[in-house]
Amino acid sequence: MTTEQVFASTIERDQRVEPRDWMPDGYRRTMIRQIAQHAHSEIIGMQPEGEWITRAPSLRRKAILLAKVQDEAGHGLYLYSAAETLGADRGDLTRRLIEGRQKYSSIFNYPTRTFADVGVIGWLVDGAAICNQVPLCRSSYGPYARAMIRICKEESFHQRQGYELLMTMMRGTPEQRAMVQDATDRWWWPSLMMFGPPDADSPNTAQSMAWKVKRHTNDELRQRFVDMTVPQAEALGVTLPDPELAWNAERGHYDFGTPDWAELKRVISGDGPLNAQRIAHRRRADEEGAWVREAAAAHAAKRATGRAAT
Amino acid sequence: MSFDDAYQALTDHDDDARWAYGTGFTDPLAGVPTDVPDGADPGDLTAYCLMLGDDALVLSHRLQQWVTRAPELEDELAVANIALDLLGQARLLLSRAGAVEGAGRDEDALAYHRDAGDFRNVLLAERADADFAHLVARLLVFATWRLALLDRLSASGDPVLAAVAAKGVKEVTYHREYAAGWVVRLGDGTELSHRRMSDAMAAVAPLTGELFRAHPVEARLAGAGIAVDPGALRPEFDAVLAQVCAAGTLTVPAADPADPAGPAGRHGVHGDGLAAVLGELQAVARSLPGSTW
Repeated sequence: MTTEQVFASTIERDQRVEPRDWMPDGYRRTMIRQIAQHAHSEIIGMQPEGEWITRAPSLRRKAILLAKVQDEAGHGLYLYSAAETLGADRGDLTRRLIEGRQKYSSIFNYPTRTFADVGVIGWLVDGAAICNQVPLCRSSYGPYARAMIRICKEESFHQRQGYELLMTMMRGTPEQRAMVQDATDRWWWPSLMMFGPPDADSPNTAQSMAWKVKRHTNDELRQRFVDMTVPQAEALGVTLPDPELAWNAERGHYDFGTPDWAELKRVISGDGPLNAQRIAHRRRADEEGAWVREAAAAHAAKRATGRAAT
Repeated sequence: MSFDDAYQALTDHDDDARWAYGTGFTDPLAGVPTDVPDGADPGDLTAYCLMLGDDALVLSHRLQQWVTRAPELEDELAVANIALDLLGQARLLLSRAGAVEGAGRDEDALAYHRDAGDFRNVLLAERADADFAHLVARLLVFATWRLALLDRLSASGDPVLAAVAAKGVKEVTYHREYAAGWVVRLGDGTELSHRRMSDAMAAVAPLTGELFRAHPVEARLAGAGIAVDPGALRPEFDAVLAQVCAAGTLTVPAADPADPAGPAGRHGVHGDGLAAVLGELQAVARSLPGSTW
């Protein structure tokens, strides 16, 4: 068999492509792009919630939030490592991020206005992320699939913690209940946009499905998320801000309204509420840490020289 | 293995026990006896728990401010981890303080509804970090001191303090190792990092005197075998700092034991650093009175 045939057969038999295996350049590029975007999303995604760690209104919530944001840093580290198995370099990927040459999930360009946003991000944003990511545990690229198994477990935990915060707030004061409804109103549509453009406008889907690096279409996953979330909203006692939302017995699914795709395009193309601020923050951290990384490298080089001399 | 099981888990509303994992406990000392050991004055024991708890709470806050700003992802994880450890220690100690005090104040009442003058942390904990060198210099000094303290406190006559200390020893051993590693790397690394690390060690030196001066509460409780006399920690502290500084080609900064002069953090005398920490820490909790979190 030729290398191309071995690759095709691996995909065909639902087996995993591993770092040392031959793979088409397009597959390698697609995987680096997909994994890097995911890694960037984890790192930029630390910011909206990270802003609330120091202000969390109870020590228990503070510990939960701090641990969650730390998990996201861990996911980023994991994913950059998976990208490095394809020949990418973490420092180079970070430069691409802060120069705007690689993207991250557009959801993190929205602001977090109150502490209820922390709960709603856990419930809706992490919920949508899980719907997107659980099928990736069966991605044809081995290191990514294995990273996703661990990440999905932790994301699922975060979603529960977010939902539990909202449940607690809904049992609190009228002001707290209003905060939860307000946060739900602001995050619902951006969460639906996390699944990407409608299938008709998703140019990469067919190839990605054929390579088994994507398992369901954007619209399938969006529907799954809506079906999963509506009963959770009812249990919570909040209203989802969509007058068209209704159970369709014939389809066995909820019907729902159309997200503002023009808004998604604006946010993806860099014109969302906080795109510039998110990247500027990441760039500042990278620049302010440069002297520290250089010192570590210099120290390591001296140690290596010292060892070689003895 | 079916990877789609996670969907099932998300819509499963009947397993309340699993929601509670890691988040359900609201009282960190639930089920722990609250008796005060013989020979200890409850007021003194409350104050001592606040001292050690406030040290951890306030330094944890300063470390939390580094989240999303660390020089490398590995350090993002490490600094958050240390902040989380210290927050955990603070929760146990503040809960213990509230229980011994017996006035119905829990960890949150003590963290969010005391004013600066009632905080008992050392000044070392509350200062802002000018850069990453300041972070690791302060952390090295703090962790070296606290490790020596907790190590001795794990033999305290108060079983709760002894248990909290024994747990903390494992955590702070790592904090000290992490900080020492960076002090050595930055001291030895480049000309620039050496200068910044030297400046940071010099900046932290005036805040070390307070660490070894016994407050009357500490002196009385040390006499009763409950607390640790901080003065006894100095030889171990000096030896560790000398070793780390030598490895990092740094001069051990000279510290005047009288610094900071006069009553300081242990007596409730604080600087702008604590005001800034409390302004941020307490803002949301105080703006929504009567709320449940």
